[in-house]
Amino acid sequence: MRFLSDETLAHLRDITETPDLTETRYELIRELGRGGMGVVYEVHDRELGRSVAMKVVDDPARAEAQIIAALEHPGIVPVHDAGTLPDGRFYYTMKLVRGVRLDEWVRSGHGRTEALRLFARICEPVAFAHANGVVHRDLKPENVMVGEFGAVLVMDWGVARATDAQHERMIVGTPGYMAPEQARGERADARSDVYALGAMLPFLIGSDRTRPLNAIVARAMANDPDDRYADARELANDVMRFLDGEPVSAYRENVLEIAARFLTRHRALVAMLLAYLLMRTIILLWARI
Amino acid sequence: MSLLFPTTRRSVVRALASSDAAERTRAFDTLVACYWKPLYKYARVAWKKSREDAEDLTQSFFTRAFEKESLAAYDASKASFRTFLRLLFDRHVANVRKAGHRQKRGGAEVHLDFASAEAEIGKDASHVSPEEYFHREWVRSVFALSVERMRARCEADGRQMQFALFEMYDLDESNQMSYRELGMLFGINDTAVTNHLYAMRRRFRETVLATLRESTATEQEYRAEARALLGDNIR
Repeated sequence: MRFLSDETLAHLRDITETPDLTETRYELIRELGRGGMGVVYEVHDRELGRSVAMKVVDDPARAEAQIIAALEHPGIVPVHDAGTLPDGRFYYTMKLVRGVRLDEWVRSGHGRTEALRLFARICEPVAFAHANGVVHRDLKPENVMVGEFGAVLVMDWGVARATDAQHERMIVGTPGYMAPEQARGERADARSDVYALGAMLPFLIGSDRTRPLNAIVARAMANDPDDRYADARELANDVMRFLDGEPVSAYRENVLEIAARFLTRHRALVAMLLAYLLMRTIILLWARI
Repeated sequence: MSLLFPTTRRSVVRALASSDAAERTRAFDTLVACYWKPLYKYARVAWKKSREDAEDLTQSFFTRAFEKESLAAYDASKASFRTFLRLLFDRHVANVRKAGHRQKRGGAEVHLDFASAEAEIGKDASHVSPEEYFHREWVRSVFALSVERMRARCEADGRQMQFALFEMYDLDESNQMSYRELGMLFGINDTAVTNHLYAMRRRFRETVLATLRESTATEQEYRAEARALLGDNIR
């Protein structure tokens, strides 16, 4: 057999992996990243004169493009075009997202409230997918982009499936975010995505967690899917209730906690009431002198 | 043993457990073709074995694996076949060392060109971990085997000229000829050079993936190995 040097191997790898776009309207600019099921490139669309993201997958299945195309939501990257490269690989182009990945966003430092509001926005496209019978199956910080103006986009629907799809033995997901039933190779449903979202919550807010927040995480990440929120909408609603100073469904408060939450939520009203009472007391005492 | 066992697009790892003895033998030969060089070099570099010991270890490993059908015990849910094979080889080396004597060759030997493998051992091999080194040599072996398979296919199809073009432009790093110069050499215009090279590269990609599909047991392992083969920086 012919010996192939390291340089020749690198060259062969390049020519076997780099998509040949000569018969398409696109021009290759650079590689953007690697997802679970393919490689994403930045390409220039010659016909429309703009840059778009192109995902190239070995698998001839068009499931991902079809799933994304069916989910029209501002939090899900729209698909522009799809086709087959001359080498048989399938591709589709999407809007080129400008912004930072969620893990990078977290590293840049943000307060708890801001992080929780962002989390609720992450839940929105996932809830929309759930309402349309689709589960993502690989939610993790690396698959969420935060746009320049705070817009949130859930990416990489490469392993997403319709909830009524046939059971498949292939284990998909990422350790740390993968629900126990996924790790066992069982069928994933909306509650599997809830588990992954629950795992993302501590990542977003760090150790700044109260008991109700811990309870939300615990319920989202319950081992038994039946003990979790039914879908991303329920989870987001509980987080929003927490942000609005309302009781969360995952946590039963005692009297002191109810009082503390009431005081925190109605701080201005309580302050005014106390000031009024103080003033009345002073007037009363003054009148007796 | 034919190193150019035609690609079947079926997993030969699975065929190792076949009830058909002929199919088992063919599957075994295919895997030996893909893995013997990485294992020999791994014995030389990672285990720091002498040339003679590395030859004996490689030979005895495959002979025993064939006789005892130990490769059929592979469980795809636990590790990639590549990792399984390396760990099995590690155990074999440790057992031989424990026994305190060199392996005597015997049984149904596989015939391997150790001199060529020896000549390929790089000088910079000590700078990487044993696992990385084995991975790098496995990548080299899959690509080299794919080149030879493609050569055989092209000869069978009467496309010797196209393969020679591919070999000269994509495999010979000392070649600095332009498409125009290559066209003049082969008596074709530069558009034809572009088209032939394009077709050969596409065929090469198909051959690499088919080789990979054969040497993995499951779809999941195939995908993971395809990423490892084409995705990682091997330099």
